Formats: sequence, C-alpha cells, structure tokens
Amino acid sequence: MKTKMAGVDVGGTFTDVFVLDEATGEARVAKVPTTRPDQSGGFLDGIGREVTDLGELGTVVHGTTAGTNALLERKGAKIGIITTEGFRDTLEMRRRDRRQTWGLRGDYDPVVPRNLRLEVPERTLADGSVLTPVDIDAVKAAAQSLLDQGCAACAIVFVNAYANRENEAAAVAAVRDIWPSEHVSASHEILPEIREFERTSTTALNAYLQPEVAGYLGRLETALRDGGFGGEFLIVQSNGGVMAVDTACQLPVRTALSGPAAGVIAAGYIASTAGFPNIITGDMGGTSFDVSLIADGEPSLAPQTSIDFGMVVRTPMIEITTIGAGGGSIAWVDKGGLLNIGPESAGSNPGPVAYGQGNTRPTVTDANVVLGRIDPDRPIGGKLDRLDVEAASKAIDEHVGQPLGLDTLSAAEAILKVANSRMAGAIRLVSIERGHNPRHFAFMPFGGGGALHTGAMLSEVGIASAIIPRYPGVTSAMGCVIADMRQDFVQTVNALAHEADTTRIAEIIEEHRVRGLKLLDDAGVTFEGRDIVVELDMAYVGQTHTVSVPLTINVGEDGVTAPTHDEIGEAFDAAYMASFGRLLEGGVRRILNLRTAVIGRRPKFDLSTLAPTNDGKAEDSLRTTRKVHVGGDWHDTPIYTRLTLPVGTVIDGPAILEQPDTTILIEPDLKGTVDQFGNVVIERKEA
Amino acid sequence: MAEIDPITLAVLAGRMEQIADEMDATLFRSAFNPIIAEAHDASHGLYDAVSGDTLVQGKSGLPIFVGVMAFAVKAVIDKAAQDKTLAPGDTWIFNDAHIGGTHLSDMRLVRPYLRDGEIFCYLASVGHWHDVGGPVPGNYNPSATEVFQEALVLPPVKLQRGGELQQDVVDIILRNTRMQQSAMGDLSGQMNALDLGVRRMDALLDEYGAETVKAALVALGDRAETLARSEISEMPDGRWEAEDFMDNDGITDEALPVRVALEVQGDKLTLDFTGTAPTCAGPINIARPTAIACCYVAIKHIFPSLPANAGVMRSIDIKIPDNCLLSAEYPLPTGGYTETILRMIDVIFSAAAQAMPEKVVGNAYGTINALSIAGRRPDGKRWVMFSFYGGGHGGSIESDGLNHGSAPISTATIPPAEILESAYPVIFRQWALRDGSGGTGMHRGGLGAVYEIEVMDESAEAFLFGERGRFAPKGIAGGGDAAKNVFHYEQDDGWHEPALTSKMVGIPLKKGQRVRLETPGGGGYGQPSERPAAQVARDVSLGYIDAAAADEAYGTAWREVEQ
Repeated sequence: MKTKMAGVDVGGTFTDVFVLDEATGEARVAKVPTTRPDQSGGFLDGIGREVTDLGELGTVVHGTTAGTNALLERKGAKIGIITTEGFRDTLEMRRRDRRQTWGLRGDYDPVVPRNLRLEVPERTLADGSVLTPVDIDAVKAAAQSLLDQGCAACAIVFVNAYANRENEAAAVAAVRDIWPSEHVSASHEILPEIREFERTSTTALNAYLQPEVAGYLGRLETALRDGGFGGEFLIVQSNGGVMAVDTACQLPVRTALSGPAAGVIAAGYIASTAGFPNIITGDMGGTSFDVSLIADGEPSLAPQTSIDFGMVVRTPMIEITTIGAGGGSIAWVDKGGLLNIGPESAGSNPGPVAYGQGNTRPTVTDANVVLGRIDPDRPIGGKLDRLDVEAASKAIDEHVGQPLGLDTLSAAEAILKVANSRMAGAIRLVSIERGHNPRHFAFMPFGGGGALHTGAMLSEVGIASAIIPRYPGVTSAMGCVIADMRQDFVQTVNALAHEADTTRIAEIIEEHRVRGLKLLDDAGVTFEGRDIVVELDMAYVGQTHTVSVPLTINVGEDGVTAPTHDEIGEAFDAAYMASFGRLLEGGVRRILNLRTAVIGRRPKFDLSTLAPTNDGKAEDSLRTTRKVHVGGDWHDTPIYTRLTLPVGTVIDGPAILEQPDTTILIEPDLKGTVDQFGNVVIERKEA
Repeated sequence: MAEIDPITLAVLAGRMEQIADEMDATLFRSAFNPIIAEAHDASHGLYDAVSGDTLVQGKSGLPIFVGVMAFAVKAVIDKAAQDKTLAPGDTWIFNDAHIGGTHLSDMRLVRPYLRDGEIFCYLASVGHWHDVGGPVPGNYNPSATEVFQEALVLPPVKLQRGGELQQDVVDIILRNTRMQQSAMGDLSGQMNALDLGVRRMDALLDEYGAETVKAALVALGDRAETLARSEISEMPDGRWEAEDFMDNDGITDEALPVRVALEVQGDKLTLDFTGTAPTCAGPINIARPTAIACCYVAIKHIFPSLPANAGVMRSIDIKIPDNCLLSAEYPLPTGGYTETILRMIDVIFSAAAQAMPEKVVGNAYGTINALSIAGRRPDGKRWVMFSFYGGGHGGSIESDGLNHGSAPISTATIPPAEILESAYPVIFRQWALRDGSGGTGMHRGGLGAVYEIEVMDESAEAFLFGERGRFAPKGIAGGGDAAKNVFHYEQDDGWHEPALTSKMVGIPLKKGQRVRLETPGGGGYGQPSERPAAQVARDVSLGYIDAAAADEAYGTAWREVEQ
C-alpha cells in the first residue's frame, strides 16, 4: 500500500527527511549528511532511514537547492541567446543598476557572454503588430552557430513578444526542430510579461539551469524508481507550491528559492493551526537571518528576486528578507570604536572560534557559548564532539573586550545585544514595508540558532508571543509534505481599465485555468479542492508601480465569465484603498498584467500527531542544571529534554530546552508552554 | 553630558539608523510618484538641533542627499531664529535650491523634534516631485537663465503650525503644479514619514532617556570624525591638482573649467576649487550647499565605510570662491546641477588618484543625458518621453569598470524599452553596449551605451541636456580615457549633431526619423601594458574593443592567445 509520503529538503550541510504515514497519521523525521557532488546519495539514505520499502511511498516531495547553488556558483550550462536585432546586450546592460550604492567598484559578467548572444532580423511593436516578420533562415543559422560553439541550451527572447508571440513562436519552432535536446527556453512561454530585461534574465537563467537541474532530478527519479518507488515525484517551487518533476525540468528557474519557501509554508501552517495566523518567521543560519511575514495564514509573495547582482528571476516567490546576522557573523570594533556584527561571516566552515577549525575572530555563536547558552559538551548538529569555550572567550576578549574596555562576559553580552538589535530591526522594517504593525504578529524562530534569541525579539520588537515548532530544524522538509500544488501564469494586458477587452481577459484566464488544471490532473496527486486565483497588476496612468488587485471570477460550463469594467474598477479601488488609504480622484486606471494561480489544495495532516504522547511530569525531562548567563547575571538554569515534555507543561524561565537540532532559551521574565501540537509557546510571565 | 557605554552606543547607532530607514520605507510605500516610489529619489534623517548637521540618515535614499539635507535644516533653523516663531508641531516646507541645495524639484519638509519643551533634534524629509511648475514639464529647462524659468520657488514657510496643516500654503503649491494629485500624494507621504519619525523618537527617548540618546549622538559624531581622520591619515601628505571642463552652459558653446586642489596634511584634507569658472548664464550653476554635499558624495565613494554623519566633515575643509560656478546665488538657474556635480566628483577622483590610486576608480561616464522626445497625440494631448541614460563606470584596482551603470550621484534604474515603447510612439532600433567606449588599462573602463530611437508619430521634437561631448571621462593611474558623449539626429538631408555640444532644445523630427545617443564609457585603471593578453583577447572576441584599437593600446601579444 502506498500510504506514506516523504518530504526531503537537501541543504548545504544536512539532508532532512519528513515521512508521514497517511494511514496512521504517524510522522517521523531523519537528518543525514548531504552528499556532494551528487546529492542523490544523501537523499536516498535519508528516506531509507525511515522507509524500508520505497513501494510504500505514494508521494515524494523535494525542496532543492540544486538550482540556487548552480546560480550562485555559476555552474549552469554553456548557453546561447537568440534575440531581436539591436538588443543582444539586454542581459548585460540590466536596468543600469550597480552592486553597491557607495564605492563604484566591481564589474558584471552575465551568464551568457556577448559572443553567444546572437541577433536576428525581426520586430514586433508594443501594440502587437509585426513590423518585420522573423527571418527563419537567420534563426536557424544562429541556432546552428550556437550548437557549433558547444551550447547545451538556448534562450529565445524577442522584443515585445509579450504583446504578440507570433515571431518568437515561429523562431522557437524552428530552433526546436534542429536542437538536439529539450533545452530550448522561450520567453513567451516562461514569462509573457512586459519588461525586456527581466524577461530575458528569467528566460536565460532558465536555459542556464535546464541541463543541470533536469539531469539532477532525472538521476534522482531514476534512483527512486530503481528502488521500487511507484508514486509521484514533486518539486517545491519558490512560490511555496509544488509542481510535477516534468514541469520542474522545463521550468527549473522556478526552483530558485525552493528550500526556504517550503520552510515558510510549514511555518504558516504550524502557526495557523496553533492559533497564530499572523507570524513573522526568523530563520537563523550560519551567515544570515532570513525574515518572512505571514498575514492571515498567507505568506507574502514577491514578484521577483535577484539571486546575485544582475541575476534577476521574475516569478512569484515567497518573500524572504535577508540580513547578514547569522551565528557565524563576525563581531568587530571599527576604527571609530563602534561594535559591529557582520557582514563578514565565518559561516559553518571554519565556523565560530569555538568549533576549533581555524577561525580566530569571535562570532555570535561564540558569544552564546561563552554565556553558557549553548552547551559546549553537546553541540547541535552532531558534527563536533565539544566546543572550545576558552578559545571563544579569548577571541571575544581580544577583538571586542579589550578595544571597548569590557570584561569577557560584558563583551559577549554586547555582541548579542547588537546582533539582536539588528535582527529586531529587520523584523520591524519588513513589517513596515508590507504595511503591518509587528506588534500584531507572533514570532516563529526556526533553523538551528533562532530559538536562542526569542526573548530578545519579543522585548525589542514588542511582540507578545513566540511559537517554536516541535521540529524547527526540519521545517523545510515538513513544508514539502504540507505544500499545495500551484501553477502560476502571467500575461501582460496593458490597457486602460475602462476600455480593456474583457472578452480577451476572460480568454486569458480560461487558457491559464485549463493549462493549470491539466498540470494538476497530470500530476496524479490527490487534492481536497482546486482554486483559481486571479489578480490584475494595476495602477493609475502615470504611475509605474502597480498594486495587486484580486479579481473574483465566475466559472460556468462554458468557461470563465468575462468581468465587467465596473467590477474591475471596484476591485482596483478596494485594493488601492487598502494599500494607500486613499484614491486618486479622477485618476485613470490601467491594467498592466494578469496573473493566474491554479492551486490544488492537498490534504493536510493533523499536526497533533506530532505532539508528545507521554504523560508524566516536567521533572521527568529535567536533565541537569547548568550556569547560564542571562540578564546580566549567572543563573542556575534547569536544562530540559524538550521532546519528552508533556503537553500542557509550563516551564518558567530561566530555563533551557534542548533537542537534537536546536536549543531554546527561556529568559527569566518569560515562560514556555507546550501546546497540544508539541509546539512551545513563549510569553511573558504574568506580572 | 551623560557618559555612554559602548554597548548602548552600538545599539543606539543601529536604532537611529533604523528610524531613518523606516521613514524612507514609509514614503516609498505611500508616494504616488514613481520618481520617489521606484527610483527612491528621496531621503530622511535626523539633524542637529543647533547646527542642522547630519546626525543620521537613511540608507535607501539617493547618494547626493547625504550631506545636502543639513543645509535645508540649517535654512529652517535660521528662518525660525529670525522670525522667533518656532512652536511644537511646526513643520516647514520649501524647495529653494540656493539655500537648500540640489534643484527646485526637490521638496523639503523640516520639523523640529521637541523633548521636554526643548528642541532635541530636527527631522527632515526630501523627495523629488513630479512637477513644480515652470515652462517645462518635469522642470528640466536647458535654456533657463533665471530660476523663474525653472519652477515655482518656495522659501521656507510653515506647512504645519502646532500640528495643524496650513491649507493656504498647500493651495499655493497645488495651484503651481501640472500634477496636483501626485504632489498631494507625495506631500502626505512625506508628512507620514515625519510623523513616524516622531513616534519612533518618542519611543527611543522613553526607553533610553534623552540624556543617553544625546550622548550617543555626540559619540557618533566623534566616531565619524575619528573614522574620517583615520582614513585621511593613511593618505600621503601632499597637494594634487586636477582640472576638467564642462562642454558649455547651454547658452554659449564655451568650455568652463572645474578645478580642484586636494591637499592632505596629517589627518586633515582640503578641497580647494579656486580656478573654477565663474557663474554662467545657463542652468549648470550650482549653489554652494550642493557643491559641499557633492564633496561628501565623492569622499564617501572613495571611503565607502564612512557613515552619513557630519562628523566626517570636521576634518575636511572645502574652499569654494564666491560667485563661481559652484557657488551661484539667487536667482541664477541651477536646474542642470547634476552635470556639474558629476564633474566635481570626476576632478576629486582624478586628484585623489594621484595620491592613492588603489582607493579610487576611473571617472564614470559623467553625464545623465536628460533626453526628451515630445509630440502631440491625434487627440491633441501632449506626450513627453523623458529619461536619463546610462554609461560606463571606471576601472579600479579590483576589476574592470561596470558596463552600463547609473551615475555616481544616483541609484535610479532605467525604464525598460518595452515600457517606453508601450507608452510613447517610438521604436528603439538599438539598445546596446557601445563598442570601444571604455578607457583602456590594466582594468579597462566599463562600456557606455547606444540608444537609437525612431519616431512613429507624424512629428515630434527632441530636447537634450547632456555633457562630456568635448572632454572625455579620464582614466587614472595610467589608464586611458573613455569615449566622449555623441549625439546625432536625423533630418531630411541626413544626420546632424547639435549646434551646441550635447545640448539642444526643440529639434523637429518627422515620422521615421531617428536620434542616436552614444554615451561615454568609464576611464581605465592602470597601465594598459599590464592587462593580461588573455583578457585583451577576450575583450576583442566579445567586441568590447576592435582588433586595431586593441593592437594600438595593448600591443599584439593578445593575437597569440589561444581562444
């Protein structure tokens, strides 16, 4: 019986597996080292820990960093671009931005060098009319030339192809005729949206990733099938939804933020279930602190991101804001006598001084070690036997204590105080940029280090409570199991709202709907329900920044009913009012793009199956006591084994809860409660 | 004065920077106008209660505002002292560039922040409005000879008295703009940002106490000074001179020199602009506050880690003669200030490069090329396509210069060709890197760009406000100069260049006729002979430079490189 589903998140250091038996509701987690360069070893090893017969698996969902890493490390394929005469440099010219505001240093090397960007005679105008039909012989010659130069994939991007795909589609057909592989990416298929640089970059990066990601996923799937797996293999997209592996091989650019997106999806589900629909997540890793905001259970989506300078991917993705304040961020005193944290980081290798792997400059983790908040004899992750407290103290002394005239402990506290202040700042700024008051949100730390900083986030941001999931270290793997299936479509409309062709709009929605539903059907996955979400990107004429306007659509037997001009206008006014608090009197409304998301809602599992089942007392889980420095003083602090604390337990601070993948610090003025799902909810003690 | 411990200082430094960042975010989110909302042509900060000096400024605003805002605050401090009318809840508004710097499009709001009945500091907001009147929509009039031909000039007046909005002031402003809704939207966005700043300051002072925060401000100023002195000390002592030229003033085609002598003595730096041209008739004059702020921009590009705090300037002495191009007084026009400050940055870089080339980059392209093409729709409505165009950045000790970047004073992105083509009756026939435009060198300059635009309407007119048509952006440390700015327009009898280099007003174009703008690259860094042959061969294979030019600059060794 295929009753089990597995979520697998392959990270830089560990491969996390979350296996759910849908028949029994039982969930299990496993953590194994990531294998390199071929990640499929760790992938199969991790599943094998919890599933002996791959035939029992109905679904395997994968959150992958293969695409992200190929982009960051520039390890994609050699590819070429075929484009409109006069526009071969679009990719390299970007939007005229630069790396940093200050300094004017650094150049930019696009993923496709100039000699592999070829122009062909053709031209479509902004209104969709064809000024110059495409010269197919020139297209064929260009494709042949790219093949001769050893290109493994090809991107085709014509100017204004969003308005009329005719020329580009003809060229794509001609190239696919002669191209020896599937790896031909067309801009009108990947992103039929106005703005040539963003479309070119997204299409080119898709082509750049295609051979690599398709090869990797193909190897994984073959290995799964060879092991007896007969179910569906799904991949998490940057938008937090999953797609079939075939779709992922065609659209690998949509996996750019696959892993982190799954984590945010899980965070949203865990928090909503526990009664916190509004949360801000904080994922503290080795080099960074990643913040996401979930309002009413829905993560906010960003329309695009830049993977690295100039490498723009425009496809809806979970919005994640990153600041350089992770556990490995280095603390240093500048020439003006000010204590700074980061942006330089020791990462996980060599890592903090306490790891004893060669770094001698103090990090945030070193401060936690020196203050006793991390147990030097039981480092999380299981890679090291013990941590070197003395070396950490010495480094803090030398680089922070002496320059500032502080003793070791004060210096360590100072490091945490400044790091906490920066993390709190990121949370406030993310909230304000999205128009929310952070006080109305709960905080959810995940990743290895976040739960040590919970108290500081509560006091600095003014948040009332924090919720720490039962398995914060495998949130992304759990998210794989929870995520819905989602297909996003976009089409630029570019018309005034009161004169837009609403029949055409209905046709576009219908086309998106049919294509999306087909992808859901073909995936062979069970759904509880299917939703079609339609949004228009709209603005007043003269404005270039748009607001997302949700459009209610009616689907009858003949497909989608066209919205009226009035309905569109009213929907815009409501969305604009919600965003800006006022309307522009007499302003003319314009529709720029139409976006459709076709969502297959997957059955959710009951999180209470994760809850501890043991009765008994908290004392049974008390492992030891240890001196921990918090609030300016040493406290004899009880250390609990977190996973065996029964539901309903209330632990007053100061206390530390330990589990294999994280350490939770409950500060003296706080208390932690184990809720019915096994989460720990941290709040202030009643005064 | 309270002592402050180093931990609190580090935390407060971050908290106050955050307040300015949150003010930025508040305006960007709520502004109607894309120049603010998308290009972030705005800035916010905290300023000294007595001197108006910059204490803290947001990180997201435009570089040129770091430094110039202090003058806006000082103008208000002086005005309030003169009128003796400052009360809690007052906010001043003005755009007068001669006292507040930059140009008339930048609307400044300044509000004293009071604590226990005393002014603790000032909060200020500046944003580039869409239109503030005058003869040219968008206020970029290349032929202006007085501010009155540029825009409405508003001196510091009270926008709010005791927290109450002065509707008569608002009415005057709105009656003087073509874009009333946009202006009202930006105005409320800026007031929202100041309100937020007040709330955040209240919370900060409640938490830490006014004395502690004041002590932190003093300490941060001292720290900025220490940092700047430390950077300057690492420069060798000496005096280095540099000169460059403006093509013309937009009225007569005469080159205007910009000269600087950079002198270092220990931890003190002097920038002396004696020898710079006197004031001119056209709009490339700049006011003294703009010039001083520009020096700050140049210094911060050379030493990027220096904070946005006036303490930096205590060790820097700036000498600008009266009645020169860089100290123009009312009512001389200043609308083209961007071109002049770019040249100031170039000469400061050229002088500093003689002292310590490793800290400096070659000159960037040095002109924003404000090009407008305008016409009338069949229904008689006027259309104006107005944009700035990019160019190359200079090479540095680290790398080649960036191809197609934004100007050093800005971080604004360029609109996509597809957006422009969908909004205006034009076709971009070419939007490309300009071959051979970067200066040669061990690290070559970045390439400029070529934009060729064809008119699709029956008729249109073209306007250009550019520079660098006669004098190329310079390389440093032996690096070569970049290509100059080139502009051509098509008429019935063929292609022409503007009579006045890089500037023209209202040239008529017919359907099918084109204009072609070729922007400068950046200057090179280091001797071309030190560029590895493999990199030269790559440049040739990518078309960044042609084979003959490569032979001339680098010798023929690259021809032996196996590709």
